[in-house]
Amino acid sequence: MGMTVIERILARRAGLAEVTVGQTVVCEVDMTVLIDLQFATMWTPPLRISDPDRVAIVMDHAVPAPTVGDAAGGVKAREFAREFGVSRFYDVGRHGICHQVIAENGLARPGELLACTDSHTCAAGAYNTAARGLGPAEVYAILCTGTTWFQIAPTIRYEFTGTRPDTVSGKDIFLHLAGTYGDATNHNLEYGGPGLASVPMHDRRTIATQGAEVSADFSTFPADEVCRSFIARQTPGAADWTAADPDPDAAYADVRTVDLSALEPQVARPGSVSRNSLPVSAIERRRVDQCFIGSCANGQLEDLAIAAAVVSGRRVADGVRLLVTPASQAVYREAMRAGYLQTLADAGAVITNSTCGACFGYHMGLLGPGEVCLTSSTRNFTGRMGSPEAEIYMASPATVAASALTGRITDPRSEWN
Amino acid sequence: MELMDTQITGRVWTVGDAVSTDAMYPAFAMQLPLPEAARHVFYQLRPGWTEQVRPGDIVVAGRNFGLGSSRPVAELFRLLGVAALVAEEFNSLFLRNAINHGLPALTAPGARAAFTDGDTARLDLAEGWIENTGTGTRLSAGALPPMVLGILAAGGILPKLAHEGYLRLPART
Repeated sequence: MGMTVIERILARRAGLAEVTVGQTVVCEVDMTVLIDLQFATMWTPPLRISDPDRVAIVMDHAVPAPTVGDAAGGVKAREFAREFGVSRFYDVGRHGICHQVIAENGLARPGELLACTDSHTCAAGAYNTAARGLGPAEVYAILCTGTTWFQIAPTIRYEFTGTRPDTVSGKDIFLHLAGTYGDATNHNLEYGGPGLASVPMHDRRTIATQGAEVSADFSTFPADEVCRSFIARQTPGAADWTAADPDPDAAYADVRTVDLSALEPQVARPGSVSRNSLPVSAIERRRVDQCFIGSCANGQLEDLAIAAAVVSGRRVADGVRLLVTPASQAVYREAMRAGYLQTLADAGAVITNSTCGACFGYHMGLLGPGEVCLTSSTRNFTGRMGSPEAEIYMASPATVAASALTGRITDPRSEWN
Repeated sequence: MELMDTQITGRVWTVGDAVSTDAMYPAFAMQLPLPEAARHVFYQLRPGWTEQVRPGDIVVAGRNFGLGSSRPVAELFRLLGVAALVAEEFNSLFLRNAINHGLPALTAPGARAAFTDGDTARLDLAEGWIENTGTGTRLSAGALPPMVLGILAAGGILPKLAHEGYLRLPART
């Protein structure tokens, strides 16, 4: 029996010729990424770790430290990095949201296994990496032992056909899939098909990231030409990895064919993304108080570029706050050089430091009771971004930017410059 | 490894489908010490619940329980004295967190309809079943594999690592 992408990688890392659904395997982990929150709560320094060269630390969720507790976590992270010789330490100043930092620094490699403390770690599936979020205790265990266990879950395959329209982003594709097919709890997601070539890497990362919102285990994309040229550009040098392709006779729980050319921008209604989205042309033109562009899913350079293009020369509507969070310090600097930040700020946007802050309602950009937010971040769950009496709609950066201009949920195709 | 009693009996609290980690461990609680954070579990869903729950109680949830973040909600349930989590279906990250924090978690399709608040549940993690002692309804559940029972028997992954010499664990609160 053939194997899916995820089965191939987990079999490889378990030292097995093949694995089958339901099997429990112990795998060697190639890269373990710890985030700042790991150090701020429940941190006890280890006596020994498996391999400091297979560890990275990223300061992202609460930087620069908004509370004394978070600041104390930073102290512990720096002590740990120093004591154990962890050279891949992305401290404040070279920081960013971990999934962006992982991508920028080649920490996620095709065919390999990556673990990280944040639930959106499945983002790295865009690079053909078996990556998933694990709790802080488990990530700590991998730090110590270099291994963890998985039970092989069934895989659902999305087969893309047709060519993606320019006005349809990765967010729109994801919201369409989540809205149409719902949750994938205890399943892996695998993307492929002839239409995939029209989906650029940043859009693949949005789709892979948001596997978490449909409760999937792993999300994976193939290491096709688009992916390989991205990696060669991002991390020049020897490509000494071995990509994982699915076998033609791999077994899937379901294969869902999606014609990308038929899609239009999508909006998810508040509460969940699962079976809760509509094409923007069919959604209520709800007034918005806050618009947010950012997060691991949609704070990438291309997301800021499109937002800048939409608002260029115009003004955010009265009574609307537009917040923009670049996904990393590197994205911030590049977006500044390219003029995107200037354009966004001239339109009335607030550009924030790179952090997970507003997306998870922790230390900035919170919503008050009765407010309506349109976000391009990761979750529209009740209470996610502040008051549980606020409503969070979710859409692409283009739709969020267009809506900030009008003050109502707006089809970006009508506001495009 | 010490042997573990895999049978648990306790009073039941029920919650619905797709209860997310944002509903159990909201961001504002993440800025609090763990015992204080524990007072905000289900803050919006069931206000006041953390005053009513008693050590030994069991939470029975619907489908897709624990969708969302990697934040260690299981530690809050432990601090509240919850003895086990049961759900029709768990988000796998949430389930792993529970096990790694030494909190038994059992997948039992049909569980949500079989229990109402205040019922008494009896379950066995190794044999894979759960029973409503009042109605006599008995459901089969996914038995936990030996590797997972080993983590639970140690009291969670950190005590297990401490036992193996990877860290010295401070006394548990």
